[in-house]
Amino acid sequence: MSETLALEVRNITKRFPGVLANDRVNFALKKGEIHALLGENGAGKSTLMNVIYGLYSPDEGEFFVDGQPAEIHNPHDAISAGIGMVHQHFMLVPVFSVAENIILGSEVTRATKLDLRTARREIRELSQQYGLDVDPRAIVEELPVGIQQRVEIVKALYRKAKILVLDEPTAVLTPQEVEGLFRVMRQLTERGVSIIFITHKLKEVLAVSDSITVMRRGQVVGTTTPAETDENGLAEMMVGREVLLEVEKGPAQPKEIVLEVKDLSVYDERQVEVVRQVSFDVRAGEILGIAGVQGNGQTELAEALTGLRAVLSGTIHLNGVVVPFENPRALTEAGVSHIPEDRQKHGLVLPYSIADNLVLSSYYKKPYAQNGRRNFQAVLGNSVELVEQFDVRTPGPQVPAGNLSGGNQQKVIVARELSRPVKLLIANQPTRGLDVGSIEYIHKQIIKERDAGAAVLLISAELDEIKSLADRIAVMFHGEIVAVVPVDAVSKSDLGLLMAGSELKKEPESVG
Amino acid sequence: MMADTYSSLPNWKYFLRRYGVLTGLGLVVLMTTLYFYFRDPQITEAVLASTVRYSTPLVLGALCGLLGERAGVINIGIEGQMLMSAFVGFLVTAWTKSLWLGVVGGVLTGALMGLLLAFMSVTLKLDQIIGGTVINIIAIGLTGYFYQVGLAIDGKLKPIPLGPLANLPLVGKVFFDNPPITYAAIVLVFVVQYVLFYTKWGLRTRAVGEHPRAADTVGVDVYFMRYANVVLGGAIAGLAGAFLTLEAVGSFERVMTNGRGFIALAVMLFGKYTPLGAWGAALFFGLTSAIQTQVQFAGVDIPHQFIGMIPYVMTILVLAGFVGRTRVPAADGAPYEKE
Ligand SMILES: Nc1ncnc2c1ncn2[C@@H]1O[C@H](COP(=O)(O)OP(=O)(O)OP(=O)(O)O)[C@@H](O)[C@H]1O
Ligand SMILES: [Mg+2]
Repeated sequence: MSETLALEVRNITKRFPGVLANDRVNFALKKGEIHALLGENGAGKSTLMNVIYGLYSPDEGEFFVDGQPAEIHNPHDAISAGIGMVHQHFMLVPVFSVAENIILGSEVTRATKLDLRTARREIRELSQQYGLDVDPRAIVEELPVGIQQRVEIVKALYRKAKILVLDEPTAVLTPQEVEGLFRVMRQLTERGVSIIFITHKLKEVLAVSDSITVMRRGQVVGTTTPAETDENGLAEMMVGREVLLEVEKGPAQPKEIVLEVKDLSVYDERQVEVVRQVSFDVRAGEILGIAGVQGNGQTELAEALTGLRAVLSGTIHLNGVVVPFENPRALTEAGVSHIPEDRQKHGLVLPYSIADNLVLSSYYKKPYAQNGRRNFQAVLGNSVELVEQFDVRTPGPQVPAGNLSGGNQQKVIVARELSRPVKLLIANQPTRGLDVGSIEYIHKQIIKERDAGAAVLLISAELDEIKSLADRIAVMFHGEIVAVVPVDAVSKSDLGLLMAGSELKKEPESVG
Repeated sequence: MMADTYSSLPNWKYFLRRYGVLTGLGLVVLMTTLYFYFRDPQITEAVLASTVRYSTPLVLGALCGLLGERAGVINIGIEGQMLMSAFVGFLVTAWTKSLWLGVVGGVLTGALMGLLLAFMSVTLKLDQIIGGTVINIIAIGLTGYFYQVGLAIDGKLKPIPLGPLANLPLVGKVFFDNPPITYAAIVLVFVVQYVLFYTKWGLRTRAVGEHPRAADTVGVDVYFMRYANVVLGGAIAGLAGAFLTLEAVGSFERVMTNGRGFIALAVMLFGKYTPLGAWGAALFFGLTSAIQTQVQFAGVDIPHQFIGMIPYVMTILVLAGFVGRTRVPAADGAPYEKE
């Protein structure tokens, strides 16, 4: 081998009960490169990374760091070998401060006492050096996800990582934050850090990586470079067939008003008014997209609309009547479906099986229960059908939802919410963490619901998603809706400007 | 924007926000005590001294509980750990005629019971409530079975006045003229507070109780931290047991812990899983118990059952009213699965 490899793994095999998650995987990371790892949901990317980081012990396989054979049995070994990892679901202690999280496991002490002062100074130095602005004193659970991710990166750098694994870092970031992250990644590679970068966004792969490895069903299907391929090529490599990257949809046929929101105001945890006097409506048969940079009140708006958060003032009408928020069951029975932003917190009961998760909102009804007894046959039948239909990659419907890969967890939620009669669908980041093939499928499903007469409220940080799905777009900025425009009336760059709070030169026609 | 709320506060404001209520409460307690002291020094001293006595096993039990729960292991077996240690401590002293060896025996017994709990909940991943119950049943069963009528020890641990400090008015009698385990309890409150919140050990312990996987990913050994804290907690519960037989009573009786292990759990909760808070809660409970005794002496014309309720009712009212919500460690009670 002529080039020096920062990391090489050979013949990694990892089995879970019923799943061959990694099947004789070979992977090589060159020094100072950004190496993208692509693959469908459940292809085995996170598993491979967890093996490299010592969290999972492989059934077979060898590791080489800097060309030397290495033994990695636990994260401690990995850290000593210079490997750092930012996990798909962050590994931060929510009640700890940033500094405490960063030093945990590599504490600086003076005599017996934790030396937080020195730690804070070192963290400030690091964050200045890489432009990763974090406040060491802030409590992690009070930070937006974008900043939490910076904390994770600083955490790895603090341990002097020479090899950095980023597992879907951009899934939770806004476009601006993604730009920032790419700058940091390039800066890191200039200083000799090698990066493994997992994402489902093909544009990002082409923009930032030096080489690309694609996995499918536990195996590596090939390695390429951005120069040799394009989005369609990558998509085909991943999924094994051609993928429609643009959805096809006919014009909307809006009918009666389903959801009517008037002067709605909502507080966040810190009693700050984050949704301010918002008014809009969604009609049957149309998709209203809410665009906005994350943290401008969209999350709180969605939570208020689904009864997860108290309304400060204003009214919410569903089909002309006040919504019975005190009774969540009435809400689901009125035909409200909700795909929540945080799949693990609000979407699933992780220890429950996929089958049970799929009937969370209908387990008490026929055919899933009769005379107060559950009908397990029917529950199982339902799950077999949905798993097939939504292509959830799992050894079986009895597997706990927590064992699924991130994207497959998301599919379970979408399957549940779309499999019952929908009058109003509130979808918050519905395709976060999904591969291109699944996004295609779910986009089609959402449009199908619209055409069947459902009102759809789509909240998404992905401008592309909003542009291709929505019929009208409401832009949120600082808790207010600053514009409502038909989708054809704005360009992507205009939307970007509106989201950043500036007025458009020519006043867009206001609809609704 | 909000990222800098903490660092932008000047130090004194930060302090006020965090400790303001506590400081206020402390001042109120101080003024009231002084008031009564000037009215009737004897009774006040007696009440305060028995406050400390009542509080000792409770605060030790609470320290045991909170070490475990901060690391993610619920321990409802404190009662059993105390009882068993009280018994073994007593037996050792009865055989060896040494009070000190008895204390060592009690502490080791507590640690062993802790080891058993850790084995059940960390290694076997049993339901932790069941694990604790097993401990309680074992303790009641074994101590009841091996209990011998007539076995006795000579004397008990004596107060050690701390030189001139013991002659100070008010605080002298209360804090500086106590038997050894009572001193140890007070010292342990500060030691555990320091360890939990200012040392590497404490940071790791709390991390393991909040988000074990996060701790695992930075190389912290989750199982070891849980074992160690539960065993240490057991040793402290053992000290509480030794206190009962060797310092407070001087003999062993069946089920003599009399629910203290469970009250210790309440004390731990009211103290918001902090040693200092638990100490405050235990002292408060001790104070109401001492007042209750005074009221019974005074011969007030109320059925004694009602007077006996005073400490419990007062504790619930005051603590529930003032303490507010307690935040339970997020991974408390959840076994950790590596893969
Ligand atoms: N802890 C576990 N127990 C059992 N099965 C698991 C576990 N973790 C992962 N799996 C299975 O292994 C396979 C690969 O999962 P992995 O998380 O590596 O996928 P991924 O490529 O990261 O997908 P995604 O893009 O959705 O995150 C999946 O079929 C998943 O169900
Ligand atoms: Mg993954």
